[in-house]
This record gives sequence, C-alpha cells and structure tokens, in this order.
Amino acid sequence: MSGSLLELASQFVVLSLLSFGGAAATLPDIHRQVVDVHHWLTDAEFTQMFALSQAAPGPNVLVVALIGWKVAGIVGGVVAMLAMCGPSSVLAYWVGVARDRFRASPVRAAIERGLAPITVGMIVASGVVLMRTTDHNVAGYALTLATTLVLVLTRVHPLVMLAAGAIIGIAGFV
Amino acid sequence: MPFAHHMLVEQRRWLDEVEFAEILSMAQVLPGPNIVNVSVLVGRRFQGWRGALAAFTGLMLMPLVVVLALATVYSRFADVDTVRHAFNGVAAAASGLVLAMGIKMSRVLRGRMVPIATALVVFVAIGVLRVPLVLALAVLAPLSIWLAWRMRAARKDAR
Repeated sequence: MSGSLLELASQFVVLSLLSFGGAAATLPDIHRQVVDVHHWLTDAEFTQMFALSQAAPGPNVLVVALIGWKVAGIVGGVVAMLAMCGPSSVLAYWVGVARDRFRASPVRAAIERGLAPITVGMIVASGVVLMRTTDHNVAGYALTLATTLVLVLTRVHPLVMLAAGAIIGIAGFV
Repeated sequence: MPFAHHMLVEQRRWLDEVEFAEILSMAQVLPGPNIVNVSVLVGRRFQGWRGALAAFTGLMLMPLVVVLALATVYSRFADVDTVRHAFNGVAAAASGLVLAMGIKMSRVLRGRMVPIATALVVFVAIGVLRVPLVLALAVLAPLSIWLAWRMRAARKDAR
C-alpha cells in the first residue's frame, strides 16, 4: 500500500465513527484534510467529485469513493469506501446485537436527544463549507441559496434542482 | 431511503412499519450512512453476520462500480468547457441540497434553547473555525448528551 493510500484509509476509518448524520456531515473535515492538509485535491477537484457523487445514483457516501479514486485510482476508491463504511457498520452490527437490552433505556434516549443538535450543526456547517468551496461568484451563491429555498419550502425533487444547476452552469453563469 | 422502505415493508414484507421505524431510528443515531446502517441491521436480523455482509455488499457494490465508471468517463471530458461548467452548476445546486437538509433537520430543535445553542456551537467550530471534527466531537458530543440527561432528570423532578 502506498503511503497516501494508508493515510487515506486511516483518515476515513476515524471519520466513519464520527459521521453522525451520515457522510454529508463529515464533508467539512474531509475537505479540510484532503484539500487543506494533504493537498491531494484542489478546491476545483473536490467540487467536481462532490457534484459527481450527488448526480450519480446511489447513497451520497459515494463521494468518499470518488475522493479515494482521485487520490489513488480505483483501488483508492474501494479502500476509501471500505474505510468509511466498515467501522460504522461493525458498530451498527453490535448495537443491533445489544438492541433488546437498550430498547427502552433512558441512556439511549439521552444519547439520541444529545446527538440530534450535533448532527444538525454538522450538516449546516457542511452546507456552508460546500457553498464556499463550490461557488466562485455571486451567481454561484445565488444558485446555492435559491436551491436551498426551493427545497426547504417545496416538495420539488432534488434531482430537478441538480438538473437546473447543470443547465445554468452550461449557460455560463456560475 | 423511500426505496428501502418500499422494498422492505411494502414489497417483500420482511419488516412491519414499527420494526422499520425502530431500525431507522437506530440507524440515524449511529454514525455512518443511514442506509448502510439499515442494511447491516436488517441483514443481521435475518441471517446474522452473513446477512449483514450480504446486505452491505448488495447495497454498495453496484453504486460503487457505477460511480467509479462514471468518474473514469468524466475524467476524459473534464477539460471540455461545457462539462466543467455543467458540473460547476451541479455542485452549486448540490451545496444547496446539503444546506436545505440541515435547515429541515433543525426543525426538530425548535423552541428548545440548549439544543439550539449546541447546534450553533457545533456549526461555528466545524463550519467557521474549521476545528478538526475529532476534537470538536470529543468535547461537544459528551457535553450535549450530558445536558440531555440533565434536562431529563430535571423534568422528572418537576413531575
């Protein structure tokens, strides 16, 4: 395994157990490490991988596979994906085993209630960090905020907004 | 997730609504992608670790192959201006997707000052100050759970 592959794996193994709210919640830290600390990707490449993962079918954790792919090819993609999903899955498995014991436990209720605001803070932070990474001009910010508003206020399908984004992009505004 | 619900509850009837809701709430509390956690929990329930592994592999294999294939194709055309512009637009909209998700989720905190303050501190630490996630959560997660525990105890006393 090359050095960067090992570093990539160890980074996602840690993030896996911190990803309350799913992979999207960890994007600020993924960006911090792969762009700011290790310089594996530029802002533009990070943006492209994020866009590709959102446009592709499948769960949005796939962004991790794309970042791994960008750093170390196909093997990097598979390794990053396994590192991101492995530890949390093993934990889920054992929590499933212990489920009956914890079903009505007040500790579990406190954990659920305590983690809810953490998740909200992480996801909103993720949205803001992504906005600052992906948007380069006023039109970009306007597109992000308009998408946010439409999705909060209406039941429009997210893919419709991504398609609209693509068209606005091709038209050369962002 | 709507697709998972449709397949597990309505089509195959492997779970009833209550079981699905319980598994989903567990999957949401745990770290990791929710849908991956659901697959592991459901797989384990029926076939132990083999089931969990099979469900996980079944869920991830095809999307992984597809997305890596797309990425390979995309890299050929990444220099074409039209493609680049389209993806800039998609990325800007996709950032809005994540923001909207956060705003919608924040509704569960409505009217409760302590959780709102906690969410704000998390937001500033990670989104503005760019504190490493490990550090931020090592401090804030136990604190928030402790606060939730205290509030519960306080409510009990009041009764």
